[in-house]
Amino acid sequence: MADPTPPAAPHPSASAPAPTTTLNVTAWSPGEDVIQVQRTPAPGAGRATWRTFRETARGLMTTFGRLTEKGITVQYPEEKTPVYPRFRGRHKLHRFEDTGLEKCVGCSLCAAACPADCIRVVAAENTPENRVSAGERYAAVYEINLSRCIFCGYCEIACPFDAITMGHDYELSDYDRSDLIFTKEMLLAEPLERTPLRNEGE
Amino acid sequence: MLAIVGYYEEWWIQILKAIVIFAVGLQLVPVVLLAERKLLGRFQARYGPNRVGPYGALQPLADILKLLTKEQFRPSTSIGFLFVLAPIISILTAVAAFAIIPFGNVQHIFGARVGLYGIDVSIGPLYVFAFGGIAFYGIMLGGWSSGSKYSFLGAMRAAAQLISYEVSQGLALVGVIFAAQTLSLTGIVEAQKGMWYIVPQFFGFLIFLTASFAETNRAPFDLTEADAELVGGYNTEYGGGRFASYYFAEYLNVLVVSGIVTTVFLGGWLLPFGIHPPGFLDPFVVLFKMGLVTFLFIWVRATLPRLRYDQLMSFGWKVLLPLATLNALVTAVLVVVTH
Repeated sequence: MADPTPPAAPHPSASAPAPTTTLNVTAWSPGEDVIQVQRTPAPGAGRATWRTFRETARGLMTTFGRLTEKGITVQYPEEKTPVYPRFRGRHKLHRFEDTGLEKCVGCSLCAAACPADCIRVVAAENTPENRVSAGERYAAVYEINLSRCIFCGYCEIACPFDAITMGHDYELSDYDRSDLIFTKEMLLAEPLERTPLRNEGE
Repeated sequence: MLAIVGYYEEWWIQILKAIVIFAVGLQLVPVVLLAERKLLGRFQARYGPNRVGPYGALQPLADILKLLTKEQFRPSTSIGFLFVLAPIISILTAVAAFAIIPFGNVQHIFGARVGLYGIDVSIGPLYVFAFGGIAFYGIMLGGWSSGSKYSFLGAMRAAAQLISYEVSQGLALVGVIFAAQTLSLTGIVEAQKGMWYIVPQFFGFLIFLTASFAETNRAPFDLTEADAELVGGYNTEYGGGRFASYYFAEYLNVLVVSGIVTTVFLGGWLLPFGIHPPGFLDPFVVLFKMGLVTFLFIWVRATLPRLRYDQLMSFGWKVLLPLATLNALVTAVLVVVTH
């Protein structure tokens, strides 16, 4: 502040004209960006005070009203959030119910559709002695790395035989990453229905 | 200089009393801790802790055990002895202030006359403010000696906040002292035989309560901790037992302030409608009222958002202080006129 005549102008505001006549330097006008600072009680301050008290009391009553209600928290390990029928959880591989043959024919279309590249399929030929699936070939190796899966559901859309679908199970944590690579046996196994399904209208 | 003491007992009774008050008072802290967490949960339509023990009853025990078994470390930039000393100051002053809360009048217990309070000094409120003033060193030294910018900011805020609100807090009590014509807390309770001071001194009560929220660093005035902007404020660098001390002191301060409010505005151990329970029930009456005030503390914490720093300052100096002064002034005039 080397200026010997500091501007004696009051608080700069958008409406007041810049005091250019009394000074040699043109004061910089903040223009429209100026923030109005209220320095005196605003007109209607009494009402504002009353409003403050009233709103505070209203807030207190709002929280007090919650005391009489039951908590809406789901007590997770005992209660579980029900899922919708179209919920995309852990994958399932399916068999034909009559013959017991696997639906998967090892075409790898699911692996091709997978954006996370988490499905690995190695196909092998069915032989009359060893007939695994209904088609010509079957999946000798079918692995889904669930630590990479993004649960987009493209695999079940890509599957021409509805051999893979997304189940409802969402409890997939494990202590070891390698345990999250689900093999064909694990995916074919009758899944634990640990997750409740949401009822109609729920 | 020692204050004149209203009534005092044999030295061994004093020691026994100190132990009893210490034991009971410190047992209240985990209860308040749990009550706060449970009530905060209920206020927010959730359950609060309910895993440890029946209905989460052992949660404070688990918390304290966890904190006490943690490693004691300090940042390399901290000032060692102050860093260690600060939580001790905090907890010592909180416990010392607890000593003057009267839980009942002088009782005859096994032939001995025992006052149900730590000590009945003739400067009751001043004693509280004196220890409140020292307690602020606990927070400020802790924040400053941590050698962390967040802690330092929190400590500076604490300094400004406590100085601003202690004035209003004191002035709010002045009205009651005028009316009761005594500084002894038991005397103030006895003076409320006809009517509790919450009725004639309602504004004083509101001002004192508001200032107390700020003095105990509780929401909506918990600027010193302000987790969103200061991480943890003055206790950012503290962990383990030292953090537990701060935590403990905070809740003990809430209890002390509840006790003061109970004593000064809610008639202490007196009950309305001419009910006179036997003397041994007095502490339970006081504890019940303290519980109500503590509930108010938790209720307000669950409801009101934290103030901005400039709002805190302008509220303290431009609203609370003039109101407290006006309250004291009007009370003084009324006392002179009616006498």
